[in-house]
Amino acid sequence: MRMRSNVLTVMKKELRRFFGDRRMVLTMLLPGLLIFVLYSVMGDTLVKGMMTPEDYVYTVTAEHMPASVQAMLDGADLPLTVSAAPGGDADAVREAVREGTVDLYVVFPPDFDSAVAVYDPQSGTPAPEVRIYYNSSSSQSSGAYSVMTSLLDSYESALANRFDINRSTDTAFDLATPEDTTGMFLSMLMPMLLLMLLFSGCMAVAPESIAGEKERGTLATLLVTPLRRSELAFGKIAALSLVAMVSGTWSFLGVMLSLPKLMGGEEAGLVDTGMYGVADYACLLAVILSTILVFVSLISVLSALARSVKEASGMVTPLMILVMLVSFGGMLFPNAQAGTLGYLIPVYNSAQCISGIFSLSYQPVEILLTLLSNAALTALLVLLLARLFNSEKVMFKR
Amino acid sequence: MEPILTASHLKKTFTLSQKQQKLEKSGSRVKVAVDDLSFTAYRGEIFGLLGPNGAGKTTTLRMIATLIRPDSGDVSVGGVSVLKDPATVRNRIGFLTSELKLEDFFTPDYLFGFFASLHGVTPEVAAARKAELFSRFGIDRFAQVKVANLSTGMKQKVSLVISVVHDPDIIIFDEPTNGLDVLTAKVVTDFLEELRSRGKTVILSTHIFSLAEKLCDRVGIIIDGKMIQCDTLEAVQAGESLEERFFTLYRDCVGEEA
Ligand SMILES: Nc1ncnc2c1ncn2[C@@H]1O[C@H](COP(=O)(O)OP(=O)(O)O)[C@@H](O)[C@H]1O
Ligand SMILES: [Mg+2]
Repeated sequence: MRMRSNVLTVMKKELRRFFGDRRMVLTMLLPGLLIFVLYSVMGDTLVKGMMTPEDYVYTVTAEHMPASVQAMLDGADLPLTVSAAPGGDADAVREAVREGTVDLYVVFPPDFDSAVAVYDPQSGTPAPEVRIYYNSSSSQSSGAYSVMTSLLDSYESALANRFDINRSTDTAFDLATPEDTTGMFLSMLMPMLLLMLLFSGCMAVAPESIAGEKERGTLATLLVTPLRRSELAFGKIAALSLVAMVSGTWSFLGVMLSLPKLMGGEEAGLVDTGMYGVADYACLLAVILSTILVFVSLISVLSALARSVKEASGMVTPLMILVMLVSFGGMLFPNAQAGTLGYLIPVYNSAQCISGIFSLSYQPVEILLTLLSNAALTALLVLLLARLFNSEKVMFKR
Repeated sequence: MEPILTASHLKKTFTLSQKQQKLEKSGSRVKVAVDDLSFTAYRGEIFGLLGPNGAGKTTTLRMIATLIRPDSGDVSVGGVSVLKDPATVRNRIGFLTSELKLEDFFTPDYLFGFFASLHGVTPEVAAARKAELFSRFGIDRFAQVKVANLSTGMKQKVSLVISVVHDPDIIIFDEPTNGLDVLTAKVVTDFLEELRSRGKTVILSTHIFSLAEKLCDRVGIIIDGKMIQCDTLEAVQAGESLEERFFTLYRDCVGEEA
């Protein structure tokens, strides 16, 4: 009973301090704004430059592969493996492109070589058409598409335009769905964006509240009261997490709402945030909240070890770089798999979950493991913080 | 006379960092700050720990206030051991030093309520005590002003008031008049005398002889972590002024070691 009321008393005071101070509120909301700006710049570059591994070999399925093109392929040493279409089931191959098991589907007209040989560009009749199906939301497929089109383009000009590529306007050659594009884009961008957003939100409050109080000597005033160190640790972390959650949610909302506009993608059908359901957003929120708990308690422990806010910032910076690297890794390799147990690794698990949620390719067990592991780590860190508050070496260090 | 606080054979050693070692001009890694120190304080008296800077006064008071643990020895506060039940001890004492500060962002009014709540004082009792203490120290007019905007003297008064929110029987005060202007210092010493008249026990530390002579019923002289003499003020003075007496003791003490 007393325990709970003391925790509440400590929490209330922390909340009052942050929400009652205009300057503090601004500091809290600023990171979101900054990243928002950064993001609009980054968004563009990212869409253009989705990366594919250096040594990747594209899988191409071709129908009616003409001898001439085959010869060119053989001579050019391109990173392509071409196989013949399995028995003319075009829909199945297109589905494979959509799913990413096949990067490119090329359909030549039957007897392409002889049709090209007899075609007269002046005749006015349509030239033989090569149809290439690809998926723009997959960087591999886009890569294969540009390799194949440039190869055929040069062949075409050598032949004085005796055939066309993807001329038909009534056929969708890009097999990506708007969902694919949104999902891939967000799953690459969001881990880094969100984690940095959350981290800076936590960094704005925790060192101030813990190292700051230590530096100004007001923490010692608390330590002579009957307040238990565990109550102090728990109350502080709970309140700081709440504050960080408000700032985190604020920034996240801003980003999500401005996302389609920023990308100019609504009309182009590029971004469709409506594709996520309530369950997806609920999972995302849960991951965000548990990540904030981890960040706040990690930063709090470091702040308790520091003698001043300045020293605390210095100690937190390497942690921030680590978080950045881990989430940046998630952006470079959205499909990297450390197995399900990888979801027990803090920060990495958050990055993977966020990426998974945005590409709609997550498993409930992954979210669960993440939440459990983050909760366990937070509990440990709260205990550690209580121990630090109890340690005269840490509290009264000269 | 009823003993209310007994310190027995307190010892505290600090391990010095390289930097501190140079500062203290000490050749050894360890510093014995308090060395086998014992004394007893009785109900309703003002007890003074008197000694030069670095003698170990603050360290002793911190051990009593449960902020740091003695390496050996114990303090019994109203029969409760600081080692076995620090939480109860914290509830029985009020601890104040000029190093203990209040957060700038809050008002005296809010902080009083906050600390009252941590001490488990009911809101009704807290409100009555606040009214009494705030008017006694002229804080009422500043009750809603943030600590940051108060004068140094007013800050000190607010700290003093807040250290006794829970009406403790024992008040521990490290260098009570340090850094105060004469007017605020007078307010503080008057309050300490008032507490004594209400049957409270005050344990203070000071390096100012005149303050000890004016306030204390009994004094303990600490030099280099050791209790050199502990008795009533008159007995320690032995017909001399406290200052003369101290230097006699100091010479004896340092001479002994040399
Ligand atoms: N936290 C600490 N770490 C290292 N040395 C300390 C610490 N606290 C006090 N000391 C040393 O212990 C001795 C006694 O200090 P203190 O109790 O503050 O003396 P006083 O209050 O009588 O001036 C001094 O030499 C001081 O440097
Ligand atoms: Mg001192």
